Amino acid sequence: MTAPTPADTAVESVQPLAAALDGAGRSGRAALVWRRFRRNKLAMVGLVGLVLLFVFAFAGPFLTHWSPSDIDLINTQSGPTGDHLFGTDDVGHDMFAQTVNGMQKSLIIGLLVALLSTGSAGLLGTAAAYFGGWWEKVIVWLTDLFLVVPSLLMLIILSPYFQGANWLVLVPMIALFSWMITSRVVRGMTLTIREREFVRAARYMGVPAWTVIRRHIIPNLSSILIVDFTLNVGAAIVTESFLSFLGFGIRSPNVSLGTVINDGAQFASTDQWYLFVFPASVLVLIILCVNFIGDGLRDALDPNSTGASAR
Amino acid sequence: MGAFIVRRLLNYVVLVFVATSLAYLGASTAFHPKDMYLQKNPPTKPVVMYQELNERNENPEKPVFERYAHWVDGVAHGDFGKTWQLDSVNKHFSISVWVTVRLVTVAAVLSALLGILIGSFQAVRQYRFSDHAITFGSYIVFAMPVFVLAPLLKLIAVQVNKAVGGDTPFLQYQGEIDPNATGFFGQLFSRADHLLLPTISLSLGLIAFYSRYQRGQMLDVLGSDFLRTARAKGLRKSRAILKHGVRTAVIPVMTLVTYSTILTFAGAIITERVFGWNGLGSWFTDATNHSDVNSVAVITLFSAVLVLIAGMLSDVITALLDPRVRL
Repeated sequence: MTAPTPADTAVESVQPLAAALDGAGRSGRAALVWRRFRRNKLAMVGLVGLVLLFVFAFAGPFLTHWSPSDIDLINTQSGPTGDHLFGTDDVGHDMFAQTVNGMQKSLIIGLLVALLSTGSAGLLGTAAAYFGGWWEKVIVWLTDLFLVVPSLLMLIILSPYFQGANWLVLVPMIALFSWMITSRVVRGMTLTIREREFVRAARYMGVPAWTVIRRHIIPNLSSILIVDFTLNVGAAIVTESFLSFLGFGIRSPNVSLGTVINDGAQFASTDQWYLFVFPASVLVLIILCVNFIGDGLRDALDPNSTGASAR
Repeated sequence: MGAFIVRRLLNYVVLVFVATSLAYLGASTAFHPKDMYLQKNPPTKPVVMYQELNERNENPEKPVFERYAHWVDGVAHGDFGKTWQLDSVNKHFSISVWVTVRLVTVAAVLSALLGILIGSFQAVRQYRFSDHAITFGSYIVFAMPVFVLAPLLKLIAVQVNKAVGGDTPFLQYQGEIDPNATGFFGQLFSRADHLLLPTISLSLGLIAFYSRYQRGQMLDVLGSDFLRTARAKGLRKSRAILKHGVRTAVIPVMTLVTYSTILTFAGAIITERVFGWNGLGSWFTDATNHSDVNSVAVITLFSAVLVLIAGMLSDVITALLDPRVRL
């Protein structure tokens, strides 16, 4: 499950571009990347799709007068109707309200986890490579340890801790187990960037370490970090749904896409298949869009991969 | 060389030990097995409860580290303790692990073969319609987590069964084998039938994953000098691609294959649950639901060992396949 991410393979090729563009200035580079990104049809579909899904998740509650916890006793087990757009389950929950509410949580969790895990991976990876010595030893060993610890199993083991708590506890929990591979990649890249002339110059001029990291190293890593961020959004949404699907993540009265899909999955082999198909499609659409964006960004940030390389 | 391997193995042992200890201590503090007894209706007598908790080495009145020390001592002697049903963990493990092996093996082999084949095919026909179609298909597969794919397969199976009709369902989706199946071939057929859908659910993602990598690798190889040389010397295109192209391109992909195959064991949780197989995955979720520390610890240990074996194996396989690499 901790299969090597595509980020692994992108490293070598991303780096020269980052270095070459370093002098070009932030705005010029952003414009260039945006132009390249816009040319990629699938990536644009992904971006527009994701925006629409966000709008749907947060405007959806206004499209129905049911709230996720409401129970319609007259229309239990109803198929999709004008009143219940996605039908109701055997208790009478409106599945549309539940799906939309679950989407909100999944999207928020996805974004926050990606922010946290990419952020800490960047921080730990650069710090390990830049400072070297004991710092590096400790961080590398921790990274290895977290790679060996089966992440999903650990999340399940720790699940009693977040069952009573606010659902946002899942954010640091999932982030805790999803930073390792990026951190390794970042460390590898920092090791080479550290030896470049401009970084050396800055160091010998006595610029504080964290300033060098912030001003010179992180910008040179930005392409890989941005791509990693997008892919992490999708991965985090899947992880959260996975946990909730097994009953270890978000618990009622809260709903997430995982719980809604889990509730529906029991009906997949009955006439009420729509209870499963609607929330599942929403999840698939979210991840599809996120992946399209991630791929588009990778191609836009890396001139060497014109979509021909793996993934 | 020898010293390097020994040092690496030693590091692995330490890593596995720390990882499993973390899992044990994490579970010991997160789980509350006593509450499970108190919630029972009618409640268990306190005497019996404490007796059972002691037998499981899960008495919350004892300090965590005392329980941990007791557990480590047991593990050192090859005894992994008792499950929540007071069965031997060792026995339970030796049964479940084979269920998972039977579930995963076919899927692992099939997905490696198909993934490599499809990826090579795509590279040879780059940017043709088939290439685009398969690429698009793999995007869909990537976006479809197992917990969506598995119930979806069940849904399709039900519709197919309805369409086919008949007394016994055409496609099976519950358990390993029909208990009423008789005769060698009857049982074999029943097993294959029960294996079909779980295998698809396990392998579809892997096939997409491998084929993406194989395609990329293959594209690099197709433009290489040695392939052009082989062609110039008069080797037919198909033979050149098979003998020199696929063989070279497959080397890095095999690393992925080893890793993913072994990690599929851990990933079979959902598939086992949805299709009703009583393997390691089902055991793990049940154990967590019953606050069973010993079972959880042994499965974590097993997966940690698997991850490291995967790392070792992938190195060995690279060395075996690639004459340029020296171990």
